[in-house]
Amino acid sequence: MTEMIKDPGWKDLEVGFTISQSGSARQYRTGDWRSLRPIVEKSKCIKCGICYIFCPDMSIVKTEDGYFEADLYYCKGCGICAFECFTGCIAMVTEEE
Amino acid sequence: MGKRVGVEVSIAAAEAIGMADVDVVAAYPITPQTHIVEHLAEMVEKKELVAEYVPVESEHSAMSVACGSSAVGARTFTCTSSQGLALMNEIVFLAASLRLPIVMALANRSLSGPLSIWNDHSDVMSIRDCGCIQLFTETGQDVFDHMLYAFKVAENPKVSLPVIVNLDGFVLTHMIEPIEYWDKEMAKQFLPEFKPVNRLHPDKAITMGALGMPNVFTEAKKAQDQALVDSKSIIIETWKEMGDLTGRYYHPVEHYKTENAETLFLTMGSFGGIASLAVDQLREKGEKVGLLKLRLWRPFPLEELEEAVGDAKQIIVIDRAVSFGGTGGPVASEIRSALYHKEKTPVITNFVCGLAGRDVTQDNFAEMYEISKKRINDSVKQSEYVFYGVRE
Repeated sequence: MTEMIKDPGWKDLEVGFTISQSGSARQYRTGDWRSLRPIVEKSKCIKCGICYIFCPDMSIVKTEDGYFEADLYYCKGCGICAFECFTGCIAMVTEEE
Repeated sequence: MGKRVGVEVSIAAAEAIGMADVDVVAAYPITPQTHIVEHLAEMVEKKELVAEYVPVESEHSAMSVACGSSAVGARTFTCTSSQGLALMNEIVFLAASLRLPIVMALANRSLSGPLSIWNDHSDVMSIRDCGCIQLFTETGQDVFDHMLYAFKVAENPKVSLPVIVNLDGFVLTHMIEPIEYWDKEMAKQFLPEFKPVNRLHPDKAITMGALGMPNVFTEAKKAQDQALVDSKSIIIETWKEMGDLTGRYYHPVEHYKTENAETLFLTMGSFGGIASLAVDQLREKGEKVGLLKLRLWRPFPLEELEEAVGDAKQIIVIDRAVSFGGTGGPVASEIRSALYHKEKTPVITNFVCGLAGRDVTQDNFAEMYEISKKRINDSVKQSEYVFYGVRE
């Protein structure tokens, strides 16, 4: 996927602000919004994937060893994963910590 | 050329829309609606018109459906009036920013309150800055011609913008007038197949209505404004093309007896007819009076207005809407601003009248002329506006 122009001039825009390149939202770093970060306590995780299912932004990825973790490029820190987790293995910690 | 028939203007408008071979009509079919959509619904029901008629649950939905269908490449029409337009407001702005060539017939009626269903221009003035092309019609024939014309302009790939055709409620919509119909071949020749600039289609995914962050929003708005400004040349060109076909030529600013006129009336919509009779009456008395009829409201025809005004000393601007606590009616404020840079600016006298269907007669226009003459001599402050005919 080609990178979109960072600060386009008005003549660079398509008619009606249409974006003809699909999947361009991937380039938008929503992780910037985050004030809370999900931290997984692996010893409590049962690898059920409920966090993966409920994440509204599909920011949870499955790792090679079968655990789940947040992709911090996109994760907004909403905490839905922590709320839904059966075993309470996800803690939301402030970014400053 | 087709036949000339006596017909209610709303019915004729619907039949012109049928001739334009629309694909989708989305409208809320209850008050404050006109016979335009009622007749279109009948045409679809009787299979005289092969189109999807979507009887939505509100005007907000009417415009939303219109946006959706136009976005997939369907020729789309909607129609509304007063409160209906107010409810649709949010989506009208979206249609323009998405550059969707929807055509809307707007039967001008006053916005409540007090509750009213009668004719004035308060509805259209509420969406002045929506970004659509906005033009006014004076007669039933104008309305008929402009239904087909509107699609031609809207769908021009260099334009790709919604077009709003204003027609005065009751005074035009419910009037029976002699109207020369186009024949179907003529309509087909004038209005080619709709080829959208952008189209939602599974074969090629695109995004419409994307998020515009602060770093790009200004650029998006500049592009939109430029598109509307640039549409003027196509609007004029297309009027010429239609004129060559029908023999009826329309212009952004139309003149009536403006030669050596010192005072000009300026009206929009159906008031042009009665104002021209008043001009005749005053001319007979030797008064140097003329009339300008502003047909194109957006994009505003700056150069054409300036040329039409020429060396006139005074312009009597008729506003059919109030800009509460403003510097004048919406039209007068605009005219004053458009002419401000001139070396010798004419005196602008602003009358707010004809609200909610109140009649303004030929004699009333003559009286406005007399009042204006007096006001010039008394050097009244220019920013004052007068509610003409209001009772104390």
